[in-house]
Amino acid sequence: MFSGFMANAWIVATMVAVVAGVVGFFTVLRGSAFVAHAVPQAGFAGAAGASLIGVSTLAGLGTFAVISAVAIGLLARRGRHDAVTALALVFMLGLGALFLSWSEEYASAIYALLFGEVLGVSTNQVLATAVLAVVCIAAVVVLYRPLLSASVIPEVAVARGARVHRMEMCFLVVVALVTTMSVPVVGALLMFSLMVGAPGAARSFADRPWSALGLSVVISVVIVWIAIAASYETDWPVGFFVGVLGAVFFIAGRCWVAWRGSGARGARRPGRLAARPVQLASTAGIGGEQI
Amino acid sequence: MNETARPGAGREEILSLEGVSLWLSGREILHEVSFSLHSGELTGLIGSNGAGKTTIFKVILGLETPTAGKVLFSGEARPRRNRSIGYVPQSIGLDPDVPLRARDLVALGLDGDRYGIPLPSRGRRQRVDEMLQAVDAQGFADTRVGKLSGGELQRTLIAHALIAEPRLLLLDEPLANLDITSEQEVVGLLASIAKARAIAVLISAHEMNPLLPVMDRVVYVASGRAASGSTEEVVREDVLSALYGHHVDVLHVNGRILVVAGKDEVHHTGPESEHTAVPRGLG
Repeated sequence: MFSGFMANAWIVATMVAVVAGVVGFFTVLRGSAFVAHAVPQAGFAGAAGASLIGVSTLAGLGTFAVISAVAIGLLARRGRHDAVTALALVFMLGLGALFLSWSEEYASAIYALLFGEVLGVSTNQVLATAVLAVVCIAAVVVLYRPLLSASVIPEVAVARGARVHRMEMCFLVVVALVTTMSVPVVGALLMFSLMVGAPGAARSFADRPWSALGLSVVISVVIVWIAIAASYETDWPVGFFVGVLGAVFFIAGRCWVAWRGSGARGARRPGRLAARPVQLASTAGIGGEQI
Repeated sequence: MNETARPGAGREEILSLEGVSLWLSGREILHEVSFSLHSGELTGLIGSNGAGKTTIFKVILGLETPTAGKVLFSGEARPRRNRSIGYVPQSIGLDPDVPLRARDLVALGLDGDRYGIPLPSRGRRQRVDEMLQAVDAQGFADTRVGKLSGGELQRTLIAHALIAEPRLLLLDEPLANLDITSEQEVVGLLASIAKARAIAVLISAHEMNPLLPVMDRVVYVASGRAASGSTEEVVREDVLSALYGHHVDVLHVNGRILVVAGKDEVHHTGPESEHTAVPRGLG
C-alpha cells in the first residue's frame, strides 16, 4: 500500500497533518475551533461553484476560504466571533447547496469534497499542497511570538502597542490556506477534527508551548497515517478514521489530565483565588465612595 | 505630615498628564485631569467603579486620545510602541489547559512582540530566572498559568511586565479578588520594586487602605475629576467634597481612612449604600 498512486496519498496526507498540527495549535489556543469549522464549509461551496463553471476546484476552494476567513475577521472586529462565524457557515453551506443542485457532477466527487479522498491524490496536487504547506509554516514561524502573546494575553499585547486585529486577520488567512490544502484530502467536514483533535489532545499532555506544538504535529501525523492505512485495508472512508482517532486522542488527553490531577491534588489545588468573597470587596470598600 | 513620604526633589518625572479631558459619545469622561508620576514612587489611583480610573489607564497607554490636554512621557509625546510602560491587567481570561508555564509567560514579556521563533539562549533563561526570583515566583515557575492562584498569577504578570524594563508600571486593580495575605504580599512587592528599580508604579484601586502604608502619592478620582498629592493633601474633607461636588466626611479609624457621604446628601440609595460605611476587616 506504499506504491504507485498510494505514494502520493502518503506524501500529501503527511504534509496536511503537519500543517494542521501546527496551525491547529493556535486555533485551539485562540478558541477559534468554530472558525476552523466554518472556513472549510466555505471552501466546499467554493469548490462546488468552481466545478460548476468548469475551473479548478482548488482555486474555487482557496478563494472562498480566504474570502470567508477575511469576512469573519472584519465583521467580528468588535465583539465575539461566534455569531458571525455561524452566519458565514450557514450562508456558505446554503451557497454550496445551491451550486450542487445546479451541478451535474457525480455524487462521488461531491462526497469526496465533504469527506475527503486521500486515495485519489494526483501529482499536481502534491506540488500545490507542498507550496501551501511551506507558506503556512513560514507564516506561523514569523508570527509565533506576537501571535502567542495576542492569543494568551490580548489585554497586555494591546497595551504594548501590538496590532492584535492585524494578527487575527493574518491568522485567519493562514487557516484559510490550511483549509485549501486539506479539504481535498480529508474533506471539508473532517479536517476540523485534525485541526482541533490533535492540538487539543497535545495540550493535555504537554505543559510548555513548544512541546505542545511538537506533540500536536506528532499526534496529527499519527492520526492521518493510521487513518490511511485503516481506510486502505477496510475501504471505509478515511474521514471516519480521522474523526474517530481525533476524538480518541482528545479523550485520552482529558483522562491523562484527570489522572494526573487526582494524584497531585493534595499538593496543589487550583482556584483558591477569591478566598474572600468578591461581594465583600466591592460593597465594603471605602465608605461613601458610591455616593 | 509625614515628610519622608512626600515626593522627593531628586526624583525624575516619568509621566505627566496636563489638563486631560476626554469626551466619548457626547459625555465628558475625564475633566481636566492633571497629575505626574515620578521614578521610585508608588502612586495610588483611587476611585470607585466608573470614576474614570480605567479611562485614565487607557489614556496613558495611548488607547484613548484625549480631547484636550497633553500626556507627556519624560516630557515628550508618547510613541506608539512603548516598551517603557509595563501593564498588568485586572484579570485575564485564562483557559486552564493553556500549555504555558509561568516562566513561559514571563519570557513572552521579554520578547513576545518580536517576530520569528525564540532561540534558546542562556542569557534569556537567566533573565527569566532572575525576574521570577524578583517577584518570588520560583515556587510555581513550572506550573501552568491556568492553575496559578490569583496572587501567583498577579506576580507572574508583574514579572512579565517588569522583564521588559519599563520605566512606568501600571496595575489595574491588582488587589481585587486577592485574599488579605496575597494582598499584603503584592503591595509590599510593588513598593519594593518601585524603590529598587527606580521606576514609577501606578496602582488603581477602589480602596486605598491596603495601599496607605506604601503609597507615596495619591490620585483621587471622582466623576471624571482628579486631585493628586500626598495622602494628607488629598484625602481631606474640603478637597474631596470639591471633587465630588457635595459634602463628604473623611474619618480616621485605627489607621484606616473612610470616605463617607454626608448623611443628608446621599444622592441615591442603592442596595449597597447601607453597608458602604463599614470598613473591611473591622467587621
